[in-house]
Amino acid sequence: MGPEKLQTSSALEAGTTGAATTPRKKTSEFREVFKYLLRNRGAVIGLIIIGFFIIASLAAPLLATHSATSTSLANRLQPASGAHWLGTDELGRDLYSRMLYGGRISLNIGIISVLIGALLGVPIGAISGYYGGKLDIITQRFIDIMIAFPGILLAIVVVTVLGVGVQNVMIATGIASVPIYARLVRGSVLSIKEQSYVTAARAAGLRDGTIIFKHVLPNCLAPLIVQSTFQIATSILWAAGLGFLGLGAQAPTPEWGAILSNGRAYIRTAHHLTTFPGLAILFMVLGFNLVGDGLRDALDPKTR
Amino acid sequence: MYQYIARRLILTIPVVIGVSIIVFSIIRMIPGDPARAIAGVQATPEFIAQVRERYALDRPLYVQYGLFVSGLVRGDLGQSTFSGRAVTTEIRERFPRTLTLASISLLIATVVGVSAGIVSATRRNSVFDNVSMFVALVGVAAPVFWLALMLQLLFSVQLRLLPATGLGTWRHLVLPSITLGMASAALMARITRSSMLDVLKQEYITTARAKGLGERVIIYKHALKNALIPVVTVLGLQFGILLGGAVLTETVFAWPGVGRLLVDAILRRDYPVVQGTVLLLAFLFVLINLVVDVIYAFLDPRIHYQSGGGE
Repeated sequence: MGPEKLQTSSALEAGTTGAATTPRKKTSEFREVFKYLLRNRGAVIGLIIIGFFIIASLAAPLLATHSATSTSLANRLQPASGAHWLGTDELGRDLYSRMLYGGRISLNIGIISVLIGALLGVPIGAISGYYGGKLDIITQRFIDIMIAFPGILLAIVVVTVLGVGVQNVMIATGIASVPIYARLVRGSVLSIKEQSYVTAARAAGLRDGTIIFKHVLPNCLAPLIVQSTFQIATSILWAAGLGFLGLGAQAPTPEWGAILSNGRAYIRTAHHLTTFPGLAILFMVLGFNLVGDGLRDALDPKTR
Repeated sequence: MYQYIARRLILTIPVVIGVSIIVFSIIRMIPGDPARAIAGVQATPEFIAQVRERYALDRPLYVQYGLFVSGLVRGDLGQSTFSGRAVTTEIRERFPRTLTLASISLLIATVVGVSAGIVSATRRNSVFDNVSMFVALVGVAAPVFWLALMLQLLFSVQLRLLPATGLGTWRHLVLPSITLGMASAALMARITRSSMLDVLKQEYITTARAKGLGERVIIYKHALKNALIPVVTVLGLQFGILLGGAVLTETVFAWPGVGRLLVDAILRRDYPVVQGTVLLLAFLFVLINLVVDVIYAFLDPRIHYQSGGGE
C-alpha cells in the first residue's frame, strides 16, 4: 500500500503535538525552533532534499537539456548517455528534462492541495471545536463520513466525479485531506479554549471571531505546520498514485506517476523509465517526512 | 463500557447513511445525463430510456435514493455496463481475493513491524535500530506501485524466482503481499518503537528492574502489553487502509480483486461497478473502525470515564 499510509502516521504523530499547546510564539522562539531543527541531522538532510527539488523545479527551463514534450522516434528507449543523462522514453523524449518539469508538478500538487485542505479543514475544525454542542456533533459526523473512505479512495471518488487532470488531482487530494485538518484543529481548539487567556478574552467582551483568529488559531500553528509538512508528502504520493492509475495527469504532461506508468510496459528493456521517476518521488516524500519529523520534535516543548 | 460501545454503535448509523448518500451521488454529480452514465457509453436510446425508468431518474432525488437503498438492502447494486453481470456477482467473485491479499499483508506487516519495533526500542541506537529505522523511513516514503515494479524487476525478471503477475499458487501472493505490507510494516515498526520507549521510561518498569526482574520478563511481560495499545489501533486502521491500498497493488500485479475492479470500472466509465466497490470498501472501513474502537475500550480501561464518542 502506498500513498495512504502516511495519513495515519502523520495524523497520529502530529496529534501528540496538538495536545501540547504552547503560548504564543515570539520571533526569538521561532529562531530557537529553527536552531533546534538545524541540530537534527534527519531534518537537515530533509531540508537539503527539499531545497534541491525546489531549485531544480524553479530552474527547470535553465537546467533542461531538451524539450520535455518534443518527440524523436529515432531516439526511443535509449539508456542513460552523455546526450540523454537519464535516457529517453518510448517516444524518444529526454527523461531528465521531463523529470525536471515533473518536479514542478509534484511540488505544486503537494503545496496547493495542502492549502485547499487547510483552508477548508481549519475553519471547520476551529468552529466545531470552539462552539461545541450540536454544531460540533453535526460537523463531526460529516468528518466521520469523509474519513470512512480509506486513504486514497476519497481522492479517487472525487476524481471520478470531476474527471482526470492535474487541476482535479489537486482538488481531489485537497478535499481528501480536509478531515485530517478538521480533526487536528478541533482537538487543539478544544484544549486551547479552556486556557485562562481565552476565558479572559471572552470576559473582556471580545467577539468570537476575534478570539478564534487572534488567540485560538495562532496557538494551533505548531501542530498545523507539522501536519502540513507530512500532508505535502502524502498528497505527492496520492497524486503520483492517481497519475499511475491513469486518473491523474494526462499525456503529454510529464507527471512522475504518469511517466512511471508509461514506463511499465518497457520494464524488461528500459527500466530507467520506472527506476528514476520512482526514486524522485521517494526522495521528495522522504525529504518532507524528515523535515516533518524534525519540526514535530522542535515544536514540542516536551522533547526540546 | 457498554454505554460507550452502545454510543459508538449509534454514531455509526449516520456515517453509514452518509456514505450511502455520497456513493449514490457519484453518478448524479458527473456532468451529463445520469441515465447515460448508468447505461454505458455505447448504450442505445431505448436502453437509456429503460434505465431512466428503472432507476426513476426523472423522479425527485429522494425517491431515487429510496430505490437505491431498497436495492442495497436486497443486495441489488445494478448491472455492470461493461460485462452486463450483476455488480454484486462481480464483487462477490473478487472480494475474497482482496481480503486474502490484505490479510496476509497485515500479518507480514504486524510480525515484521512489531518485532523490529521491539528490538529497536530495547537496543536503542544500536546498528539494528539505525538500520531498521532507516528502512522504515524509506518504506513509508516509497510509492507502492514503484516498489511493486522494482520487486517484479528483481524477483521475476532478473532472478526468475517468483511470478510477476496473476493468481493461482501461493507464489503469486508473495510479491503483492510484501509490496502491500511494506508501508504498514514500516509504520508499525516506528509506532511500536516509540510506544515501547515511552513505556520503558515509566516508573513501574523502573520498579520492576529494582525488584531484580530479568530484562526479558520486564520487556515481554510488563512493557509489551501497554506498549501495544497504540499499535492495536493502528493495526485496525491499517487493515482498512490496506483494503484501499489494494487499488494500486492489484493494478501492478494484475491481481483480480476489488481494487483492480474499481480502477478498471473508472477507466471504462462503468459507474454501477464504481458505486458498488466504493460502497463496499467504505462500509468495511467503517466496520473495522468500529471493531477497533470496541477492542480499544476493552484494552484501555480509561475509556469508561470518557463521555466522548468515537473521537
